[in-house]
Amino acid sequence: MEAQIKVKRFNPENGAKPFFQDYSIDVSEDSTILDGLIKIREEQDGTLALRCSCRASICGSCSMKVNGSAKLVCKTRIKEVSPQGETVTVEPMSNFPVIKDLVTEMDSFWSKVKSIDPYVKTNFEPEAEHIASNESMTHLLGVMNCIMCGACVSECTALEVDSTFTGPAALAKAYRFVADPRDEDKKERLGKLNESSGVWDCSRCLACVEVCPKDVAPMERIVKMRDLAIEEGYTNTSGFRHTESFSDSIKKHGRLDETRLALESTGLLNISGLIDLAVIGIKSLFKGKIPPPLPHKPKEADKVTNIAKRLDSEESEE
Amino acid sequence: MSKHDLLIIGAGLAGLRAAVEGVRQGLNVAVITKVHPVRSHSNAAQGGINAALTDRGDDWEDHALATIKGSDYLADQDAVEVMCREAGEAIIELENMGVIFSRDEEGKLGTRAFGGQKKARTYFVGAITGSALLHVLYEQSVKYNLHIYEEWFVTKLIKQDGKIAGAIAFDIKTGQMELITAKAVVLATGGAGRVFEPSTNALICTGDGLSLAMQVGAPLMDTEMIQYHPTTLAGNGILLSEAARGDGAYLINSEGDRFMEKYAPDYMELASRDVVSRAEQTEIDEGRGVDGCVYLDLRHLGKKFIEERLGYLQEVALEFRGIDLSESPIPIKPGMHYIMGGIKTDLNGATNIPGLYAAGECANVSVHGANRLGANSLLDTIVFGRRAAVDSVEYIKSAGSLNVDERELSKEKSRIQNILDRPKGMRSAELRNKMGTAMTKGIGVWRDKDSITEAITKMKNLRGQLPNVFIENKGKVFNTDLVSYLELEFMVDVAESICHGADKRLESRGAHFRTDMKSRNDSDWLKHTLVQFAGEELNTTTSDVTITDWQPTERVY
Repeated sequence: MEAQIKVKRFNPENGAKPFFQDYSIDVSEDSTILDGLIKIREEQDGTLALRCSCRASICGSCSMKVNGSAKLVCKTRIKEVSPQGETVTVEPMSNFPVIKDLVTEMDSFWSKVKSIDPYVKTNFEPEAEHIASNESMTHLLGVMNCIMCGACVSECTALEVDSTFTGPAALAKAYRFVADPRDEDKKERLGKLNESSGVWDCSRCLACVEVCPKDVAPMERIVKMRDLAIEEGYTNTSGFRHTESFSDSIKKHGRLDETRLALESTGLLNISGLIDLAVIGIKSLFKGKIPPPLPHKPKEADKVTNIAKRLDSEESEE
Repeated sequence: MSKHDLLIIGAGLAGLRAAVEGVRQGLNVAVITKVHPVRSHSNAAQGGINAALTDRGDDWEDHALATIKGSDYLADQDAVEVMCREAGEAIIELENMGVIFSRDEEGKLGTRAFGGQKKARTYFVGAITGSALLHVLYEQSVKYNLHIYEEWFVTKLIKQDGKIAGAIAFDIKTGQMELITAKAVVLATGGAGRVFEPSTNALICTGDGLSLAMQVGAPLMDTEMIQYHPTTLAGNGILLSEAARGDGAYLINSEGDRFMEKYAPDYMELASRDVVSRAEQTEIDEGRGVDGCVYLDLRHLGKKFIEERLGYLQEVALEFRGIDLSESPIPIKPGMHYIMGGIKTDLNGATNIPGLYAAGECANVSVHGANRLGANSLLDTIVFGRRAAVDSVEYIKSAGSLNVDERELSKEKSRIQNILDRPKGMRSAELRNKMGTAMTKGIGVWRDKDSITEAITKMKNLRGQLPNVFIENKGKVFNTDLVSYLELEFMVDVAESICHGADKRLESRGAHFRTDMKSRNDSDWLKHTLVQFAGEELNTTTSDVTITDWQPTERVY
């Protein structure tokens, strides 16, 4: 079959801006996008740059954007994204600088992975293996499946606005150690992850869960680490105050009290934070975006508060 | 010019294990790799890693015997002893480093059965054992703050006064070329599967280290021993792990029969890989296959079991063939998978060139002989990667200072520039595909004098065409066009050596099955074949196999 592939090209050596180039190639029915790109490179255009290696979704080299969302191109069949022979658009991942064509600079990705101390820390070396239940180990396999392809980082909406955010891949990796029964640094790890750029900076948009080709579900791991951090007593964070204020407000009013949420999340004793918040408040006021100081009472608010209370009691029963 | 004590080329399991050891031993170590470490092909090992742990009633000698029988008595038995004795320690060490091995009910390490062995001694992480090990070794490289030349391509090894002195390489991201000196070099570049088409191997498995070693005068040993894995997907050759059969899957032909009954009544689907691949090929050749395949059948294992223990296989079957393994059998065929042959080394990974070591798939110690057992390759990388680094310590102390002639760099720069400057000609992929097809045809599951001779002629011809290949991409940044061509040059050396090894061995043993000489001939051929450059030509000789406690007997499964 004939496939139409549109590739975003960029060559830092010729000073030209990125542009799209169309290729038409003859491929078989079950060809993957990677098969197509390799065919272009080997038969039509030797200047096309991309990373690829295993062809079997285990090395993590070939993450790219296909029709706007990040995928491993080795496990994406052309037919799947172009059932009627529509043009397939391939671009380098987002949230990474581009080196050339489809090849991105992964340095910041790896330095974030390194920032979470990505190795098991134990205080002693046992003579035999550590004893651990099979469940505790197979539970970690979900995260160990991560092949560091970067698809989640490409889609991360928090990283899009804040490049210092540790990001879904490195945080999922952090979970692998936090949840490892052999690791003896759990509390310290959670403390560090609780700081700015850590677990509370995730916007919980689910994009990383959706695009992960290995079902690692980074966001779920991040949320889990928030719970674990709270359990370990790390409560002096705007993230923790935010969750507390949120649930108080729902239980009390059956709706969100946004003004209070903002104030309480910042912390009522956090003077510089409150000043920052005031600036945002004033700006919002002029744009008509400021919520009413006292929340209105919605109809049947008591039903919502009842749900919240019931959830609370069910949780404590567990 | 950068200076190191120990330079390791390749960042898969053998390379990283060597590097970690080098750092622990206090050496100035650097690793150079053409892909980021976690992209290395050790990733693709699925099923597990063998070890006889004595505290659960296992015996390293039983593991050794299975390995030697698996090798069809071509393995050097002293090397097998070393590997099997050190296996237990290697597994425990990996576990302590953080590998998430599957556990048994007591919370200790759990095992699965694997081919060629009666005892279940394969330790595993689902069906992603290689990947799990590689990521943990990478974690260790971060812990030890290892110096890694990431995405650098080595073009040449450098010698000084007959001893190894470093390498010349370029940064793929910038094209910048450098002379990196080192008192010792460990080649850990992995396999050469891309010499064949198709192959289970990743696109990076181009035999770089084998050719680099040959170019400085090291011989390759038993190159004719090419493993065809029994369960690969038709077409692209993607691997489905032996773990499936280890965990109970059947092989069936078009008539629904478990045909292994005829070929290996005792071991059935878990006979050695060469035996199973030949059985499959016989079924296919005799008309009991479907479109050149037979079937791997997991249906009776049930969905839950498959997803928990063989999750990656299910993923591959679904993604690449649209088949749910719990519902339908999947068509598979023998496919090129591994090279038992490689750079000849001693028990410590040392080659005949002072300061040059090799470990992992690119090396031949030899522990796999004429056929490697499943789950012995990961063990090989860990045991001999470490040993190479340990051995290099003393060598480095005695090596004296290096004084490499800088002109080596300018010579290599102009060689590469001349390649880039070639006029428009043929593309390297065209030549590579010709090579791959010819090698699969000539050095397949079956081979004979005619097929081998034809392959030799074709490879010679191919070498002659190398200067006609042109590089369309003239840039410095991420020039994969240039990298592919340089890899092709390496592959031609390896392909030719494989053909010459096959031509030399006048018998059938393990993976080397000649239809014109069907039996094993122990009186003449308990020997290794050695291929080496003599000037421009390849010269083939032999050397004796080391036999310790296990005398060759008939090999029946």
